[in-house]
Amino acid sequence: MAIEHADVLRAAHLARLGLNSDAEAAGYVDDLTRILEMVDRLQAVDTDGIAPLSHPLDTTQRLRPDEVTETNQRDAFQACAPETADGLYLVPRVVE
Amino acid sequence: MQWETVIGLEVHVQLATQSKIFSGASTAFGAEPNTQACAIDLGLPGVLPVLNEGAVAMAVQFGLAIDAHIPDTSLFERKNYFYPDLPKGYQTSQMAQPIVGKGEVEIVLDDDVRKRIRIHHAHLEEDAGKSLHEDFHGMSGIDLNRAGTPLLEIVSEPDMRSAKEAVAYLRAIHAIVTYLGISDGNMAEGSMRCDVNVSVRPKGQEAFGTRAEIKNVNSFRFVERAIEFEVERQIELIEDGGKVVQETRLYDPDQDETRSMRTKEEANDYRYFPCPDLLPVMLDSAYIEHQRATLPELPTEKRHRFENSLGLSAYDAGVLSATRPTAEYFEAVLAVCGDAKQAANWVQGELSGHLNRENIDISNSPVTPEQLGGLVSRVLDDTINGKAAKQVFAALWNNEGQSADEIIDTRGLKQVTDTGAIEAMIDQVIADSPVQVAQYRDADPEKRGKMIGYFVGQVMKASRGTANPQQVNGLLKQKLDEA
Repeated sequence: MAIEHADVLRAAHLARLGLNSDAEAAGYVDDLTRILEMVDRLQAVDTDGIAPLSHPLDTTQRLRPDEVTETNQRDAFQACAPETADGLYLVPRVVE
Repeated sequence: MQWETVIGLEVHVQLATQSKIFSGASTAFGAEPNTQACAIDLGLPGVLPVLNEGAVAMAVQFGLAIDAHIPDTSLFERKNYFYPDLPKGYQTSQMAQPIVGKGEVEIVLDDDVRKRIRIHHAHLEEDAGKSLHEDFHGMSGIDLNRAGTPLLEIVSEPDMRSAKEAVAYLRAIHAIVTYLGISDGNMAEGSMRCDVNVSVRPKGQEAFGTRAEIKNVNSFRFVERAIEFEVERQIELIEDGGKVVQETRLYDPDQDETRSMRTKEEANDYRYFPCPDLLPVMLDSAYIEHQRATLPELPTEKRHRFENSLGLSAYDAGVLSATRPTAEYFEAVLAVCGDAKQAANWVQGELSGHLNRENIDISNSPVTPEQLGGLVSRVLDDTINGKAAKQVFAALWNNEGQSADEIIDTRGLKQVTDTGAIEAMIDQVIADSPVQVAQYRDADPEKRGKMIGYFVGQVMKASRGTANPQQVNGLLKQKLDEA
């Protein structure tokens, strides 16, 4: 599978990663193309009849009883927030 | 051209757990901002989500209530997108292997027409926080109390063909989740909201038209109006030679219209992948059977029983089974008085009238079902007549007595059935009304039926409403006609 310059820009945008130059993007085109070549090789393995593996650990999810165990630690959490007001975290304005 | 509407609904139900789906933070409504958002809800580094058994149990109960297949394995996946009220950068949700498989729900339409709506699946996911765009000096405020609240998203097949069917379906879902007690179903507080997929196609055509998705509609009325607007918009568009584009729209109740959200197409690339922090959820049949054993009687079963075993009309059975509090109230009245038809009449008549007038929910009714049952019993055993019963009800409503019996006693409302006493009152009324008596006796016998009302009224007044009306009628007729 070939990857193109536009694919890299799109993936970077979806992940909100800033690419500084065309040269940097070109570098990723090469890297990702090689990674995808390896994936292509894996795809060649016959996996018919094998259930997809969702998790490498051979165990199942533990469940937690429905109980409130957390206390209010807002002050501690907001101590490292860039900006707060009236108990809210402030972020650059988001317009719907 | 004749058009057919095709509707599918995605209903988000907030589950009534005490704590969040992946953390031990409280889900209580209305707390101070961010006081119920813990490190896991905030997506701080190094935290590990652990699934809430209560949320799993509720999802399974819903699945069993709609006769759905409950797979033995389900998986959590990450739905990736960026928004400030989603601090992790992804919503933990389910996609490939949801907790509830295919099921179906019966809806009741006008004239008692029934239809089955297929459910494609239902999955567990976490809610996001809330963005507040009021004036924070050009900034937005974020409250993450709601982040991590468990949601059950119920996805229907595109089986509905009108706004009315969509509303009936939404009501059916509402009834099921509130009967199960897995959600408070409070749409005003956002405990239940839905996305509506609407398309139109020429009648008879098999292929679906292009659909628009109306996001986040939060009342039964708005669902109906949003669909009606959207259907009209799409038909007009096509008939004018245009094309419906697949897009997300918002319903604006003030303007009563839907508007495009103009989101970029790429925003829909969520890149789902299995969440490495959460292992596959395995449910064995013992667990599922244990959940099945906790299921209460469900609205459809109740409606059928009210109709078939209690002999109520389809309409009465539908109204009284519509919500769990109403059904429980009715059944408690019935347990005391033993007469289903009378209990139904009182709950839907006098009680509903008072509740509606003062906008009170039946669960907060000032008249308890035990009190109403006691009142209905006294009507049934002829202790009081219908008129006195209404007085007793009003007194109970205004908390002027503990029970119907007490009010009947203290106010002397016991029905007078003593013929001698009634005759004495009649004689007095006849003696006091010579003009009316003369008119009555001169009148054509066919017209007398109407004229007797005056005398009945006078006697009832004299008895302060306690005389037995049938006896008054009979005795009056005798006495007036005998001269």
